[in-house]
Amino acid sequence: MKPLRKRRLMFVLSIVIGVGAAVALGLFAMKQNINLFYSPQEIVQGNAPKNTLIRLGGLVVAGSVKRAPDSLKVMFDLTDNAENITVSYEGILPDLFREGQGIVTMGELKDDGNFVASEVLAKHDENYMSPEVAEAIKKAEAEAKARKPKTYN
Amino acid sequence: MIPEIGNLALAFGLALALIQFVVPLVGIATHRWRLAIIAKPAAIGQFFFVCLAFVCLAYSFYANDFSVAYVASNSNRSLPVAYRIGATWGGHEGSLLLWVFMLSSWTLAVALLSKSLPALTRTRVLSVLGFVSVGFLIFILFTSNPFDRLLPVFPVDGSDLNPLLQDPGMVFHPPLLYMGYVGFSVAFAFALAALLEGRIDTLWARWVRPWTQAAWMFMTLGIAAGSWWAYYELGWGGWWFWDPVENASFMPWLLGTALLHSLAATEKRGVFKAWTTLLAIAAFSFCLLGTFLVRSGVLTSVHAFANDPVRGTYILVFLGVTVGASLILFAVRGSKVSVTSWYNLLSRELLFLINNLILAVVTIMILLGTLQPIIADFFNLGKVSVGPPYFNTVFNILMAPLIFLVGLGPIVNWRKYEYSELVKRTRLSLLASIVVGLLVAVLADDKIFTDRLQLFVGAFLIVWVLVLNIVDWWKKAAKKNRNPLLGLFSISPSFLGMYFAHIGLAIVVFGVVFSSHLSIEKNLRLGIGQTQEVAGYEFYFEKISDVVGPNYDAIRGHFIVKQDGENVAILHPEKRQYRVSGQWMTEAGIDANLARDLYVAMGEKIPESNDWAVRIYVKPFVSCLWLGSILMGIGGLLAMTDKRYRAKVKQKLGISDDAVVSGAA
Repeated sequence: MKPLRKRRLMFVLSIVIGVGAAVALGLFAMKQNINLFYSPQEIVQGNAPKNTLIRLGGLVVAGSVKRAPDSLKVMFDLTDNAENITVSYEGILPDLFREGQGIVTMGELKDDGNFVASEVLAKHDENYMSPEVAEAIKKAEAEAKARKPKTYN
Repeated sequence: MIPEIGNLALAFGLALALIQFVVPLVGIATHRWRLAIIAKPAAIGQFFFVCLAFVCLAYSFYANDFSVAYVASNSNRSLPVAYRIGATWGGHEGSLLLWVFMLSSWTLAVALLSKSLPALTRTRVLSVLGFVSVGFLIFILFTSNPFDRLLPVFPVDGSDLNPLLQDPGMVFHPPLLYMGYVGFSVAFAFALAALLEGRIDTLWARWVRPWTQAAWMFMTLGIAAGSWWAYYELGWGGWWFWDPVENASFMPWLLGTALLHSLAATEKRGVFKAWTTLLAIAAFSFCLLGTFLVRSGVLTSVHAFANDPVRGTYILVFLGVTVGASLILFAVRGSKVSVTSWYNLLSRELLFLINNLILAVVTIMILLGTLQPIIADFFNLGKVSVGPPYFNTVFNILMAPLIFLVGLGPIVNWRKYEYSELVKRTRLSLLASIVVGLLVAVLADDKIFTDRLQLFVGAFLIVWVLVLNIVDWWKKAAKKNRNPLLGLFSISPSFLGMYFAHIGLAIVVFGVVFSSHLSIEKNLRLGIGQTQEVAGYEFYFEKISDVVGPNYDAIRGHFIVKQDGENVAILHPEKRQYRVSGQWMTEAGIDANLARDLYVAMGEKIPESNDWAVRIYVKPFVSCLWLGSILMGIGGLLAMTDKRYRAKVKQKLGISDDAVVSGAA
């Protein structure tokens, strides 16, 4: 091979290898950092992995917010109107966190069935509900309707 | 009445944009030059009407005309005037109108400032810009008209602007960012014009460069302004979240940066021609993609408002048509503009090539991470989100070599450079960078290995880029003036702009690395009258007081910060409740200087106690982020002012207005 052509070949090869390595790195990093979303019902049904970072979303159940007397620990229930899951969290809750509001939390489901959140997200618009939460609630309602026999005659 | 004028003005704007798009192309195709020259007056007219529409909408906000649906849902009588004006672009419809207004302003600038361009090129550029305007004006008029009325029954008062947007940031951030987004349409139009023409030369690159630099400058400042706003307004103390919409603005910025460099190579050495056109197309396509991501609501984001499937579909189709047509044009004509010139392995061309490759790959990786939720949803793989660690890992690892090159770029010559020379010129800097890097990594207390490694790489790169760029600058200055200090600012603005941008980048990296590693963040429960020590500072929660704002009521915390017994700052974080919506907002109290920010934000009051949930952060060097970004922006501005862009180009191509008619006939 002519030296010029050889050099070009080496050059193209190194580009291909470099880009390939970058893509491999990216795919690996992505695999580590994909967080799946689960609804309370899916967690109760045992579909969610334990001790893995996942997202859980739902409505904050009225009257369920309990605070520790001496720290920032707080516990509350999330519901999709089918099942409830108790979430514990230590930290500052977002401004839009309140009972009845749809929120998404990020955290891990522990072996005892408790969900320990490391992050609580509430969107910065009161009228905004995360599409995932909205869909989870809709799905739970549809399933409940399907289970229940029609009562009107 | 005013809204009707605005509506009519939009319709006229659309008509003129259509004329600007279609008639000149027909004129060129049929060799009727009289038709072609209509592009410029049409562009001026389009600007006039779109500007009129924008003023009408702003006036409707100013005059509290709540019969206009958009005003009613984004404003309120009690909203201060400055925010009422800012509210013009506070929602979906208005922000699109701002988009088109900016586009018509850029078009006007091209029409007025392009006398040195061959008439054919100018006409084609204006025609392409007309096409983009048509797309967005149709979108506004038929799916998102800001002038729609609520008649006959309209509310007495509006439902208020989202409190999050009631901030000075709202006045700067969107216009700056949009100027950048839309500015890339000019480079795009030039690229398409060149493809239509089938020729790209040094002159072409020289025309496009200042426009690209201008767009890049606005985008740099716009992104920085958004980051700064998020930092103090969201109350979490973070300045970058890898939120889909942040990514949507960051991807075109990365491609725009690549474009800046490849344009330089095209101008100076005539290489990368096809790649440069492709980059110009890609940068603008990513701007459109960003608009789609924000407007369609397919992604969950801080910025997601107005989720309407029709709108999403329209933008997707427009995006498809624009990108598809451009790529087809590129496929057909791209080979005409490419060249087979070659350069030595060690040369500035090679460095720019690697620069472009890295930036392109980073953009693609960010795109993958951003779209992953949509992709997974489409293939029924569940509802996923991709966390910041993905972006951080990929971004940091890929960007480190790029920043290393920022030190070499100014030194290495075009065409060919000797390795021995390179070693000679960089060995001292290399040594200094390694020593400083090691010192930082070793001296950092109580850090794990990966942290030390990151600190080493960070410190190494910062010193490397700073020293090499400053020394190079100094050498150039010494050639200009016997006293180099005086010569620093008499070198050519192109180089001056480059040094500013590179040094600015190093300062941003400095801010990123050290604020991330040295920040101390404490979330805690603090009673009134209590003191908390954080990083050597004592935060004394003195009291709270009530504050009555123009349209909110607030509880204000008074924090006195002491260091070694002396008062260093008094901070006033607030919890504001906006009267109309009842929504609560956190206003952080920040004391900033170059070395550190003291940051206090109040969470909620803990019921049945005198305690508050409080965030106390001591964040060293955060200000470097904004300072560095401003330097980069100034760099873009300086580069634009280079005289050679304005030098009246002799019409050596032989294309004067008359020649076109005879030549084309």
